[in-house]
Amino acid sequence: MNEVAIQSDGVATPDFKKIKKKQQLIRFLKGILFLMPSIILFAVFLFYPLIRTIYLSFFLTDASGSTTVFVGLDNFINMFSSPVFRKSMQSTFLFVIFTVPGTVLIGLFLAILANEKLKGIGFFRTIYSSTMGISVAAGSVFWLFLFNPTMGWLNEILNFFGIEAIGWLTDPSWALLSVSITTIWMNLGFIFLILLGGLQSIDSYLYESAEIDGASYFYKLRRITIPMLSPTLFFVITVSLINAFQTFGQIDMLTSGGPQNETNLIVYSIYQEAFMNYQYGTASAQAVVLFVIILVLTFIQFKLGEKKVHYQ
Amino acid sequence: MKIPLRRKVIFYILLVVSAFLVFAPALIAFMMSFMTNQDIMSGKLIPTTITFDNYLAVFERFPLLNYLLNSFIVSIVIMIGQLMLSSLAAYAFVFMEFKGRNFLFFVFISTMMVPFEASVIPNFQTIRDLNLIDSYAGLTLPYFAMAFGTFLLRQNFKQIPKELKEASEIAGMGHFKFYLSVVLPMAKTSLITLGVYGFLTSWNMYLWPLLATTNDSVRTVQIGLKQLQTQEQLNEWGVIMAGGIIVVIPTLILLFLGQKRLQQGLAEGAIK
Repeated sequence: MNEVAIQSDGVATPDFKKIKKKQQLIRFLKGILFLMPSIILFAVFLFYPLIRTIYLSFFLTDASGSTTVFVGLDNFINMFSSPVFRKSMQSTFLFVIFTVPGTVLIGLFLAILANEKLKGIGFFRTIYSSTMGISVAAGSVFWLFLFNPTMGWLNEILNFFGIEAIGWLTDPSWALLSVSITTIWMNLGFIFLILLGGLQSIDSYLYESAEIDGASYFYKLRRITIPMLSPTLFFVITVSLINAFQTFGQIDMLTSGGPQNETNLIVYSIYQEAFMNYQYGTASAQAVVLFVIILVLTFIQFKLGEKKVHYQ
Repeated sequence: MKIPLRRKVIFYILLVVSAFLVFAPALIAFMMSFMTNQDIMSGKLIPTTITFDNYLAVFERFPLLNYLLNSFIVSIVIMIGQLMLSSLAAYAFVFMEFKGRNFLFFVFISTMMVPFEASVIPNFQTIRDLNLIDSYAGLTLPYFAMAFGTFLLRQNFKQIPKELKEASEIAGMGHFKFYLSVVLPMAKTSLITLGVYGFLTSWNMYLWPLLATTNDSVRTVQIGLKQLQTQEQLNEWGVIMAGGIIVVIPTLILLFLGQKRLQQGLAEGAIK
């Protein structure tokens, strides 16, 4: 209805230049109309919060989150000198180092296995991708039992081999590793699916000609599969990196950041600071740090990804 | 190309062992959900007697049905919202030419650099100030606009021949009609892929429902599961597992049905 009304307006103007300008405006307005819903929601729930977070990070707030005192960079200075936050950053980076290579390598292994043309391969593909359909909450509950110190399967297995029981989630030297194992398992399905998609888009002609030359399985893997898969691999690595920095649910369910803040990853730390301690200012300062990390990672992904993607 | 028998055997062994390891946590939970407490306490692998008591208990003691319904409503609303907004935006980027289009496209790309987790504090305040805490609107609205979905559909819309658009213009068809009657039906598979993805991720959301709900009225099943876990006694593992299994069944079915499509669709949206 709108369109009709605008169009008849345009016809009424005699001057050619004016008509052209008007038509341009109409085209612009129509385009904006289609984009408007997304733009408004992005503005309200993405760009505004971003600016607001930066703004809040310079203030102290009351319990409802209204700003009270301007403190400049104090929140940042206090944050970086706080042993708890430094511990949180250290844990976050360790967690990333544990989970990203783990997820990508196991995912790659499974994808290569599941890419063979064997009978019943569809069943295995379904199983390997299954963890994508298992929510963080449900996955955490499953693992919570496996980690259980007395009844859990992991300690039962250790017990069977005569090894002493481990406090998987309660021992400070194990907790972060345990949470990492759970996370690798949770993210495996998604990473597997993307890698399998990448493998299937490799031209089978390449393998056939290598076959004629009598190339071995591992030679083909190293010289054809991995290089041809590199754009997908690259994408998967950056996505896992970003996901790892945003981990929250399994921490909340499994350890609540403990023991001794060992698993207090950055998003959990923000959550605690804002919604349990009501320190919105310092929480925002931490959120700014998280934002900068993600920004850099995404930027690298775009810049490097652009170059790597187009060679096929 | 024929695979030698020896290699075939090795592959099957690796496939089976990996499948078992990947599926073990879910399988154990599934078994436990049918076990009596004695079976669980004595560390049985397979239930000696199959019981449905755990499932009855979890529905009796918890408003699980209510949580499930909430999750369904929230996931479907987000899915529909994402499909509508992404397809409209993708249409504008493919079929409409106007000043500022490239700039707006850049704006869409830049949204991918802002993690939701980093903007969760102001978003919570916004929803609270709009009085949308404990409402479906508060749970779903922040997720409607989606750069990934827009890119995925844009990729697909680009494959629709430009001649169709020209023909439609000659026939006097406006943008909105062309979008509804030609573009959307032609992009059906991509829309389904995006829909499945949207439903899966919404169903599995954790942080936002935790913040945006304070009571049972709209609480989703994921947060319900967290409550179940913290409230149940440690020796009630069967009940907790029954809850966990109920939560994953809808998404697992959806994933099994849509796995092939999802795999192609995700690769397209992500890589190209």
